[in-house]
Amino acid sequence: MKASVGGYARASSLDHALQLLASAEGAGRVLAGGQSLVAAMNMRLSTGDLLVDISRLSELSGVSDEGDTLRIGALKRHADVGRDALVCAHAPLLAEAVHYIAHAAIRNRGTIGGACAHADPAAEFPACVLALGATMHVAGPHGSRAIPAEDFFEDVFATAIEEGEILTAITVPKAGSGEAQVIEEVARRSGDYALAGLCLVKRDAGHRVSLFSVGPKPILATGAMAALDAGDLDGAVAALAGELDPPSDTQASAAYRRHLAGVLLRRAVARTEGGKA
Amino acid sequence: MSIAFGNPDRPNSYIGKTVPRPNITKLVQGRGRYVDDIVLPRMVHVAFVRSPVAHGKITGIDIEAAKTVPGVLRVFTGADLAEVCTPWVAVLAHLKGLKSPPQHPMALDRACWVGEPVVAVVATTRAAAEEGAALVEVDYEALPAVTDTMTALDKTTPVIHPDMGDNLAFRRLHEEGNVDAALSTAHKVVTASFRTARHTGVTLEPRSILVDWNPAEGQMTAYHATQAPHMMQTVFAKHLDIPESRVRVICGDVGGSYGIKVHVYPDEVATATIAKIMGRPVKFIADRLESFTTDIHARDHEIEAKIAVDAEGRILAIDVDDWTGIGPYSVYPRTSAIEGNQVVNLCGGPYDFANYRAQTTVVFQNKTPTCQYRAVGHPIAVAITEGLVDMAAAAIGMDPVEIRRRNMYRDDAYPVTSPAKMRFEGLSHHASMDKLMEIMDYDALRADQAEALKQGKRRGIGIASFIELTNPSPFMYGIGGARISAQDGCTVRMDPDGSVVALSGVTEQGQGTEAMLSQVVAEGVGVSPSKVRVITGDTQVTPYGGGTWASRGAGIGGEAALQAARALRSSILEVAAAMLQADQGLLDIRDGQIVDTQTGETRMPLEELGRIVYFRGDTLPKGLPRELVQTRHFITMDYPFAFTNGVQASYVEVDTDTGVVTLLKHWCVEDCGRVINPQLVDEQIRGGIVQGLGGALFEEIHYDEDGQLLNGSMADYLVPMAAEMPDMVIAHVETPTKESELGAKGAGEAGTAGAPAAVMNAINDALRPLGAQVTEMPFTPERILRALGTIHD
Ligand SMILES: Cc1cc2nc3c(=O)[nH]c(=O)nc-3n(C[C@H](O)[C@H](O)[C@H](O)COP(=O)(O)OP(=O)(O)OC[C@H]3O[C@@H](n4cnc5c(N)ncnc54)[C@H](O)[C@@H]3O)c2cc1C
Repeated sequence: MKASVGGYARASSLDHALQLLASAEGAGRVLAGGQSLVAAMNMRLSTGDLLVDISRLSELSGVSDEGDTLRIGALKRHADVGRDALVCAHAPLLAEAVHYIAHAAIRNRGTIGGACAHADPAAEFPACVLALGATMHVAGPHGSRAIPAEDFFEDVFATAIEEGEILTAITVPKAGSGEAQVIEEVARRSGDYALAGLCLVKRDAGHRVSLFSVGPKPILATGAMAALDAGDLDGAVAALAGELDPPSDTQASAAYRRHLAGVLLRRAVARTEGGKA
Repeated sequence: MSIAFGNPDRPNSYIGKTVPRPNITKLVQGRGRYVDDIVLPRMVHVAFVRSPVAHGKITGIDIEAAKTVPGVLRVFTGADLAEVCTPWVAVLAHLKGLKSPPQHPMALDRACWVGEPVVAVVATTRAAAEEGAALVEVDYEALPAVTDTMTALDKTTPVIHPDMGDNLAFRRLHEEGNVDAALSTAHKVVTASFRTARHTGVTLEPRSILVDWNPAEGQMTAYHATQAPHMMQTVFAKHLDIPESRVRVICGDVGGSYGIKVHVYPDEVATATIAKIMGRPVKFIADRLESFTTDIHARDHEIEAKIAVDAEGRILAIDVDDWTGIGPYSVYPRTSAIEGNQVVNLCGGPYDFANYRAQTTVVFQNKTPTCQYRAVGHPIAVAITEGLVDMAAAAIGMDPVEIRRRNMYRDDAYPVTSPAKMRFEGLSHHASMDKLMEIMDYDALRADQAEALKQGKRRGIGIASFIELTNPSPFMYGIGGARISAQDGCTVRMDPDGSVVALSGVTEQGQGTEAMLSQVVAEGVGVSPSKVRVITGDTQVTPYGGGTWASRGAGIGGEAALQAARALRSSILEVAAAMLQADQGLLDIRDGQIVDTQTGETRMPLEELGRIVYFRGDTLPKGLPRELVQTRHFITMDYPFAFTNGVQASYVEVDTDTGVVTLLKHWCVEDCGRVINPQLVDEQIRGGIVQGLGGALFEEIHYDEDGQLLNGSMADYLVPMAAEMPDMVIAHVETPTKESELGAKGAGEAGTAGAPAAVMNAINDALRPLGAQVTEMPFTPERILRALGTIHD
């Protein structure tokens, strides 16, 4: 199939990008790494878009140390996230997650901002930023907003980003000493979207557990978190089964995904406790 | 003089050696010429509007909006094309009772599967054609869709083609001996049901065709990614009413076929029809979604089967009830009954037993048509047979290798006829099994398995013996009335510079046919393979032949090439003898030189002979034959098929918490007769195994109850990928066929035939201590856990 594109413009600055979006009268579409958007266009799932290419905006790139937090530009590519020294040191969950995302060619182009804005319920990064308690920064015609990750993901492919807005950066709290961050997932083949996946962050303040590919959006498993805080792993697994309502599709049923979530939780906990999964 | 294959140091010993593929540099440098690379003057593109419903009466078609799209030239309905192209009926006389309704290039008043072409939009670009196609409005009145195979013949199930009377396309029952008696008195009877999933071939290059009709010459030229150019020549000629001699099919580089590109596709015939109507070159390149909904599917079988054994593990009887759904039409011209027929022919294949019953029931459904795909029927028959044999071994507490050894035909038992009435000229089951045991170190692997279990790891070993049908005679299609050549030919000529050109009727699909031909011809004539140019895939240029299917390229096309090359060698030597005033019997050709056979002394380069023959023929004796072009054909006569055999083994680890199966290692010992190019054969085996592993673990086309295809993309239809593939060890036993001097049988499908069964048996070996067993492919994590009873709802 041939893509049907309404138009293309390369933004030279964030303001320029926002202007282009504003002038597109609703047909504007941000193009970052193109690894989800171009695939959708090539299947004519998205037609007539006026593409606003943000991939050269230096304001949206890079990773900076902001004291207690790390600021990751929306255009940071998956592969770069995986090998960034600051990310590896302060948000190892994100670096580990990269290994599970797609294949090298896609990781070389896809961006963390694109993955979060796209909000595929099976994607790793959205669940990671949720587990980390990140803050999502968006810029729009009326200025900037900071949105907690908890409020950012709304539904399948739907986020709190409004018409005309651009996700510019993600800030994550730097891991405390002794903090453990792990991601576990099972996919049919390496690089496939997960059948189910789980992020576990164990901090002084308590556990944070998020799951992906088990619902319309990444899910913070508060019941399981509370049980883990209470030191009750079996209780956490049971709570997890209760708080998930996974979908069934051609790859796996809801029952399988629910079961798998429990297995992943046990494996993640075993790893944070230093044991082997 | 015959070739001393046993002596690797003989002159020109290219047969049996890994020589480089002549076309590989071109392909890796991106200098191949695939259909989509070809651009002709005045060329237009066609895009198809396809049925979104599995079964629907077409009540209205509105093409007006499409016609207004800039670039759109014409819009055709099925009725428009039916005026120019006659319908076809895919039956074969020897498949008794096979029925199928007439099929047109595009649906007329009814669409019968999701993806069936309904309207064609022709435009100056593919994008404009798609733009137009998106604006065509077709109204459908929903008709009930038949999607379940097992209930297709029920009284309450609607009949898809009322004229046909019922949904039964074909049924064949084969009985040998007394199965019921054997089952009722046997020491043990094991019953199992098996399921193989619907697959498709997923060729890297999608189906592609560019057809040019030149009314001035009355000639149609089709540039076509096809396995069988001559067959397509006949098809276009017949249905578009053009003399066969006025249809030229050119098949350049092809990006993989696997059987997918040996069939007649409605959209491709539609493309040719449109070219004839418009008098312009028309190109159609399937996109990936079209590939999933319209490339043939295969292997959608449900089976109930039984095996009876005595206390010593000897097989007393095998009883198979096989069902398959083939879509709404049998596929032209090879038909969609062959796969089920193969299951009947192949079950129990390696084993010497007396009582055999097998029935295949082939039904119509409203899904994509199924037809022959790599290793047609073999993976199914091998899964049934080898699954049963393992279950029988477990039931009587016997090692799976031992039970096979007790039942396989002895290596000195040939020729022999199997209970399925297949005739085997010479197989090597025991030698192959011995070699397998050696290369996999079976006992050490069993020890490793036991050791792993102590650490809580569930590992399993699976063995699968198999036979494979190759080198078909006209018994496969020709006797059924199809104009599909089982014979193949090769023309070999020497040019003035001493180089050799070989034109062959077999085709190159990326598998290395041209490399095989170049080394056979090189050895046959006595030149280096680099001096041989191979030309395939042009019906106006090459000898008539069958092309690529049923693993026949090397066995049939290779032999024709060898005989043509040997004939050319003789005619060269005849001229040389006259020129050198020597005894022809004492001359040989080695590395492009005429030499003295005894001493090896160089007498004359071929260039010199070429110079004399072509430019100074006046200096040769009058009447001396100087035919430096020779053509030979080959067809098998003694056996309907040259069967090959082999045995595979798989070592797996099953994660019983997640259900994930990890392939640890895979082995295959295979006997394809003479190995012409070890590397090519091993690559064919490996590639075939990969496709088999795909069937075992990943590949499955899903439909919902309404006949909607649910996973028509590479993200959802999972092909095997490198990261999941195990290390593979390949070894050979060579039992050359006596039907040819070359002695080669086919090797292209063996890997696919045996791999799924080996994996199934390995998984079940791992699960058996837990009381679980899987027989429904692919063995997804979920199916493993359900077998283990871990998840229920
Ligand atoms: C074969 C394949 C396998 C894949 N497997 C995985 C996987 O296993 N896990 C996984 O997580 N992902 C996977 N992906 C998706 C990949 O990670 C994408 O790169 C990612 O989802 C999107 O990032 P992108 O930069 O390419 O965004 P684009 O494709 O450019 O855009 C995606 C969407 O986000 C919007 N967008 C992008 N950036 C911004 C922004 N800064 N502000 C506002 N909106 C924005 C776009 O408008 C568009 O709607 C896979 C992709 C492919 C092709």
